[in-house]
Amino acid sequence: MDSQAIATQPVEDHAEHAHHPPYLRHHFANLEQQKETSTFGMWLFLLTEIMFFGGLFCAYLIYRNWYYPAFVAGSHQLSILLGAINTAVLICSSFTMAMGVHAAEMRWRKPLIGWLLATIALGCVFLGIKAVEYNEKWEKHHVPGLNFSVDSFVHQDPHYPEDKPLPLDMAEKTQVYFSLYFAMTGMHALHMVIGVSLLIILVVRAWQGAYTQGHMTTVENFGLYWHFVDIVWIFLFPLLYLISRHQ
Amino acid sequence: MSQLTEKEILDTEPTHHSEHIVSPRVYGIIFATLLVLTGTTVGASYVDLYAFNVVVALAIACLKAVLVILFFMHVKYSSRLTKLTVAAGFFTFFVLITMALTDYISRAWGMW
Amino acid sequence: MSTIVSLPDQTTATLPKRSYLNDGYGLKSWLLTGDHKRIAILYLISITFFFFIGGFFAGMVRLELLTPPTDLMAADTYNKMFTMHGIVMVFLFLVPSVPATIGNFVLPIMVGAKDLAFPKINLLSWYLYVVGGVMTLAALILGGVDTGWTFTTPLSTHYLNTHVVTAGLAVFVAGFSSIFTGLNFIVTVHRMRAPGMTWFRLPLFVWSHYAASVLMVLGTPVLAITLVLVVLERVIGIGVFDPAKGGDPLLFQHLFWFYSHPAVYIMILPGMGVISEVISTFSRKRVFGYTAVAFSSVAIAVFAFFVWAHHMFIMGISNYSALVFSLLTMLVAVPSAIKIFNWSFTLYKGSITFETPMLYAFGFMGLFTIGGLTGVFLGSMGMDIHLTETYFIVAHFHFVMVGGMLMAFLSGVHFWWPKMTGRMYPEGLSKLAALVTFIGFNLTFFPQFILGYLGMPRRYAAYPPEFQVLNVLSTAGATVLGVGYLLPMLYLTWSLKYGKIAGPNPWQATGLEWQIQSPPITSNFEETPVIDYEAYDYEWLANKTRHEVQTVG
Repeated sequence: MDSQAIATQPVEDHAEHAHHPPYLRHHFANLEQQKETSTFGMWLFLLTEIMFFGGLFCAYLIYRNWYYPAFVAGSHQLSILLGAINTAVLICSSFTMAMGVHAAEMRWRKPLIGWLLATIALGCVFLGIKAVEYNEKWEKHHVPGLNFSVDSFVHQDPHYPEDKPLPLDMAEKTQVYFSLYFAMTGMHALHMVIGVSLLIILVVRAWQGAYTQGHMTTVENFGLYWHFVDIVWIFLFPLLYLISRHQ
Repeated sequence: MSQLTEKEILDTEPTHHSEHIVSPRVYGIIFATLLVLTGTTVGASYVDLYAFNVVVALAIACLKAVLVILFFMHVKYSSRLTKLTVAAGFFTFFVLITMALTDYISRAWGMW
Repeated sequence: MSTIVSLPDQTTATLPKRSYLNDGYGLKSWLLTGDHKRIAILYLISITFFFFIGGFFAGMVRLELLTPPTDLMAADTYNKMFTMHGIVMVFLFLVPSVPATIGNFVLPIMVGAKDLAFPKINLLSWYLYVVGGVMTLAALILGGVDTGWTFTTPLSTHYLNTHVVTAGLAVFVAGFSSIFTGLNFIVTVHRMRAPGMTWFRLPLFVWSHYAASVLMVLGTPVLAITLVLVVLERVIGIGVFDPAKGGDPLLFQHLFWFYSHPAVYIMILPGMGVISEVISTFSRKRVFGYTAVAFSSVAIAVFAFFVWAHHMFIMGISNYSALVFSLLTMLVAVPSAIKIFNWSFTLYKGSITFETPMLYAFGFMGLFTIGGLTGVFLGSMGMDIHLTETYFIVAHFHFVMVGGMLMAFLSGVHFWWPKMTGRMYPEGLSKLAALVTFIGFNLTFFPQFILGYLGMPRRYAAYPPEFQVLNVLSTAGATVLGVGYLLPMLYLTWSLKYGKIAGPNPWQATGLEWQIQSPPITSNFEETPVIDYEAYDYEWLANKTRHEVQTVG
């Protein structure tokens, strides 16, 4: 029964106890334990995020197989160019975020602020392009529930001469595609908005020098969140824009 | 119990890992790879590969996600616990999809 | 082999001068606290409040069912009553019951930590719970919800004019409270264990909470996104679940039960943890097959995600799929049975004493076994088609949830009350309450098995007159049960001021939480403990006590 003795809470070193850094919380024995704890907590949070988006991806998979022609026709209404630009923008922002984490690790205050500001800018560019796309959907009456019409799908679309018009009942099903499109990209955009808001707070704190004195777990954990949001988009882009290009 | 020395009992953190700082060069290489892969996936979507369009697009997406997870999110340099956590997330997602599909695939055999 | 341990003399015990209870006074010191023990008390108060709200609706439902016609209230009102009963009891009582109160209080102490890993997130979790609770109350005051606690689409999205959106968002918010609790527990168990506290020295309470926390973290987000889609569908009219637009209402059921079946284990697993502690303590024996019981918790957590569609056998899912889910459902019986058998073997040749927590634990073992076995009936497809949506299923899940979980909750509250408050409750009265609860429970829910078997459907305000005798029995039982729940509330409150001083270890239990003063100090331990003994080692405890007597004497 006696298993290997493993403990995660180190014995307190009483000599060291006297000079705890101010950012060490009282219930941790040392900084390393605190850092590992908060990073693990962040990963668990991302685990919940995987399942949160997982429900949507599951719905997408099922309905795409059910209403294949509607999903093809729906995805032809998206602009691959804008989608690709947005993907590139998001990947750039992930890179700037990673560099920001690196700057914090190296305790470079100004570069950290610079990289974080670049991430904010790229995040805003992404949201701006997304807004343009949403606006286009609204104008084309592709918003289910609020402003929807099957017009684009029951008539021959001059932009897609190869697409045959859909029968009315299948054209109705494009609503499922656009519902999922808005639910998925909307949830993703919401995460981006939250991310950008948090970044603004991070920049202010970084300006005050909070993350360049050896304690940068917050920046690192935020980086994990930002990269996760990037990964969601990495999957949304092919699923919504690309894979039905040829059918 | 008795065969363990006190030092072993007090041993800390089995998954202990030293601070690993990823160099900007690695970030740069991964960044460039991701951009190239984005270009590839867009390009591939313009080529008619029949059913393989989906496979190629998703394979590239998975590859990109793995790169981001391993390098940008430092999982390659992280403890086994972190790796296990990531795996647990994708495993449960996989369970959700496969178990739901047992219903959808067999509800009307061959109809979809 | 059990070790004979005599209970300590409590007449000489004194309350410690310094404890978490007198470390700061005033409302602010409670509402802004980071102390897991104070947050546990906050949770205990708010959960008790919602338990009685939910109990009120249960009472109204039983009163209406006293007579065959719809006479006390209109059928619509009745629908609201059972819906509010379900939502309040499931999301605001059962899910957070043991983890957020007892778990919050003792789990960090059990692993030898000063606090949970994220005290602020723990507090946030309580505030989210309160916001969720207030929103539920708002939905109630504005006019109630009548979807049933399952928010079934398209009923909830298209056909009802009640406050589905408010209630749905309330559950969404309360869900995040549960996610944060689970996240905190997992991180604490992984990262905050004291030196020497290995995985296989953890009390089984910690193992079961760990398993339940994994379910909270992995399952709840799926419920969250599902409710978001329901709300979007109701408010904006997107078409994910709406059959008119091509959506599949069954997909809602899949996603909903992907959470809500594991949620059943989120509710019961912490209760099983309590029972492991109580049975071991009052038999003075190490839990038989510690490893098996520990891994059975993990097994329940894993199987939880593979069986959800047994809630959907009659909803039109594929027969082949139903077959697969039915077979997998049987698997869950294995780890559950491992637990029951191992507890029984723990009792065997133990020196058993019949303190109040033990009485509740006995209640749990009997009633949970019945509830679990009827679950196997319902998991087998042929029986399920006959019995589902009847009172048989109502009786089944009340045997598991009320007979099992609520008994475990009360057992835990009585077991750790001396630790939480430093005082004992009146033993005679509490034994009486345990007995009244047990009798009242059986009188309420056993007739419902028969009613269901005879074919009385659930969720109707009226029923044919031939069912009346059994329904009257059930309502009478509910009244007795109500008394059984009011009693602890009264004498536990009384004991806060007038109870005997408990002393640090009134039950002579071995857990780390019993080796410190009661009530504990804010940082739990004077210095980080070093654990050099196995869990449930009563010989170690006897030696320690003897040693203390020698040194003091």
